[in-house]
Amino acid sequence: MDPGLRRDDGLMGDHDLIGRNRLKTAALNGGALAQWRKWAPLAVLLALCILISLFNGNFLTIGNFIRLLNSAAIPLVLCMGATFIILMGSIDLSVEGIVALTAVMVSLLVTNDISPYAIGLFAVPLAVIAGGVMGLLNGLLHVKLKTPSFMTTLGVGFAGVGIAMAVLGGDTVRISDQTFRFLSLGRPLGIPMAVWIAIASVAIAFIIQERTRLGRWLYAIGTDEMTARHAGIPIERTRILIFTVAGLFYGLGGVLSAAQFGQGHALISQGRLFTTITAVVVGGTALSGGVGSVLNSVIGVMIVVVLANGLVLMGVEPYVQQGVQGLLIIAAVALALDRSRLEVVK
Amino acid sequence: MMPPVLELRGVSKSFPGVKALDDVSFAINKSEVVGLIGENGAGKSSLLKVLNGIYQPDRGEILVNGQAIRIVSPRLAFDSGIAMVFQEQSILPTLTVAENIFLGREEEFLRYGLISKARMNEAAAVELKKVRLACHPGTRCADLSFADRQMVEIAKALSLDSRIKGDVTILLDEPTSVVERKEVDLLFEIVRDLKQRASIVFISHRLEEVLDISDRVYVMRDGKVVKELGSGEATVKDLHQHMVGRQLHHEYYREARQAAPSSQVVLSCNGLCKEGAFSNISFPLHAGEIIGIAGVIGSGREDLARCLAGHSPADRGTLTVDGSVVRFGAPHEAARKGIGLVPSERKTEGQVSAFTVAENMTLAALPKYVASGILRFAAEHATAQEWIGRLKIKTPSTATMVGSLSGGNQQKVVLAKWRVAGVRVLILDHPTRGIDVGAKEDVYELVRDMTAEGMAVILLGDTLEEVIGLSNRILVMRDGEVTATFEAPPGGKPAQVDLIRHMV
Repeated sequence: MDPGLRRDDGLMGDHDLIGRNRLKTAALNGGALAQWRKWAPLAVLLALCILISLFNGNFLTIGNFIRLLNSAAIPLVLCMGATFIILMGSIDLSVEGIVALTAVMVSLLVTNDISPYAIGLFAVPLAVIAGGVMGLLNGLLHVKLKTPSFMTTLGVGFAGVGIAMAVLGGDTVRISDQTFRFLSLGRPLGIPMAVWIAIASVAIAFIIQERTRLGRWLYAIGTDEMTARHAGIPIERTRILIFTVAGLFYGLGGVLSAAQFGQGHALISQGRLFTTITAVVVGGTALSGGVGSVLNSVIGVMIVVVLANGLVLMGVEPYVQQGVQGLLIIAAVALALDRSRLEVVK
Repeated sequence: MMPPVLELRGVSKSFPGVKALDDVSFAINKSEVVGLIGENGAGKSSLLKVLNGIYQPDRGEILVNGQAIRIVSPRLAFDSGIAMVFQEQSILPTLTVAENIFLGREEEFLRYGLISKARMNEAAAVELKKVRLACHPGTRCADLSFADRQMVEIAKALSLDSRIKGDVTILLDEPTSVVERKEVDLLFEIVRDLKQRASIVFISHRLEEVLDISDRVYVMRDGKVVKELGSGEATVKDLHQHMVGRQLHHEYYREARQAAPSSQVVLSCNGLCKEGAFSNISFPLHAGEIIGIAGVIGSGREDLARCLAGHSPADRGTLTVDGSVVRFGAPHEAARKGIGLVPSERKTEGQVSAFTVAENMTLAALPKYVASGILRFAAEHATAQEWIGRLKIKTPSTATMVGSLSGGNQQKVVLAKWRVAGVRVLILDHPTRGIDVGAKEDVYELVRDMTAEGMAVILLGDTLEEVIGLSNRILVMRDGEVTATFEAPPGGKPAQVDLIRHMV
């Protein structure tokens, strides 16, 4: 329901809006249970770690820990963008499309077996910017055409995979640029380069969230867009900008994917969307917007990654693993949401 | 002589079907407290929204210090020295106190594009001191009490005065409607304090408070300013008189058709309580009777209506329908017992706009139109046809989308829905809100028809006049309690002034 439509009625009192705000407030400070919910994601993560280490002693080794971090790197980068979108109360389903497109783009620009370019690391900023442009497209279409972010991003993402597919005709590019592959495989201080990049991404995202107007405004928009508008916040510009920032993170994700696999193809990002949204929601960021943090998503990513790793260590069949992950998101949402005050569930 | 700090000249604003502001002129001088009163729908909120840049007036001008300006956004209003304190709604619970106070105006705390939280908290602490609120600026607003959030809201408005060069006007919309006595006193102290630096518009339902704090009072009715009084020369009774204005129209409300109710009790409440909404509500409702409930926003009458219709159960007390005690967990349980609610938000709660007339009418009684799991469209169509005739609904066909009908006809479809479901108690929450005069008369006629057939009605009227005109009996509510009961037989209707005395 659009509160704007109601307001224009002129005769209507504002008690409904107040009521709604009160509801949101009540949901936020609902006592001990709500306090517990805040820490639920971390508790789930710890419980998972303990549980898995009981089954398999190899889980709690430094080697496995680094493996965990390495597999968390790309989801982390993607989640930073997705968290912003979800905090704003929107959704971004274009993750896979943008990752695929930028991965293919970067692999064609570095030394490879198909195209003659080989511009080395200069390809990286170009691919990241391309991701940003795709995000900008998301934002512009969403805001200017007033289409729901769900459909807009689904379309843009789909188009992204399509373009990547068309460019390569379904082929795979093999990357032979070792400097580029260092972005994923290099190990400064014994930790994979991808992990360092992910940590930097989290730091940047955290600063945007905590210390910039953009960060402040996206919380305001996610909590109550009408109020935000009345406070003079440029809603449209903020929305477009946030989608662009998210696109930049996905672009970086695409670069890391190409560097990790040493190749580029249109299906390189398969499964990324599910992991990303799952991690954000499992981390405790509310799909309704306004509540959560990029740090929550770090926990969320770790939960998803630890679970996947644990299932492997416990010898669960790969096909069963996916089913378990599917159940996890439902369990996590059930845990993280305070549904007692929800009147309408959509 | 100095021009007024803020002045409105001949401002008008219309919405489809309603004139919210009609040639309103209004002035506030420097360091003056001006009261603004009027019934719900008199145009106070629209006036505030025009001043705050949320609505653009159709005609007329707004002057600040004698200069005509166009206020196109709340931010521009703010920069022109006009700050508004909404009841609570502009406080975002997810942000901290400091973040709320400076929301949208963070630029003064930026350094290299980054917000300095320390400086922002410092600045917020200064504003909090003005309202004597002892909380850390970094506290999340969700963790504050209701009254404290109201104070944050005021602090937000006050932050204007150290940031604007010119004069400052602060609009306080019902600041006391939800706070306790103690806080009202504090607020008044703050307002008197503020007079040194700012002009204040004070809007309230509590007339004593308005007289107490204001230098001058404007009375609004039907979108017009009908009276301007110095508060020294006015009494609460005068204000009532001006707010209410016209005489009762017996014809309009079909008073001649008002019949004495039967002795059969269809529904009765006994000591019904709900925490934070209403307490100790007891009354019987007879077949063929209309009970009107009068009260301002926050009086608890809406909550009571929703409780009776099964939207939320009461905490204590009993509800008896047809002699047996019931407890509703959901609206459909109430509907099964023959109780229906016509909600005030017709577009979002009363009807499914994208459904056809026929589909809306059978919505509450769908099982009657199902045979072996399949909908019987012919029966549905026949029923719809019948009710379109009985209620004189103007619609091209039974298959027309309800959303495309006029407001009055939409409301008739909603009424038909409950008639089809066979309810015997109908709760009407603002049944004539947003529909034109002719359609209102139709609705009144239909209400009389229903009671003549033995249905009982609980009415939360759009205006006091409507409540008085239609009801057999009137309950007046204030702060969740029934403060008075009036008998309202035809020819012996109570005066609005008498009701208002118990409402505020």
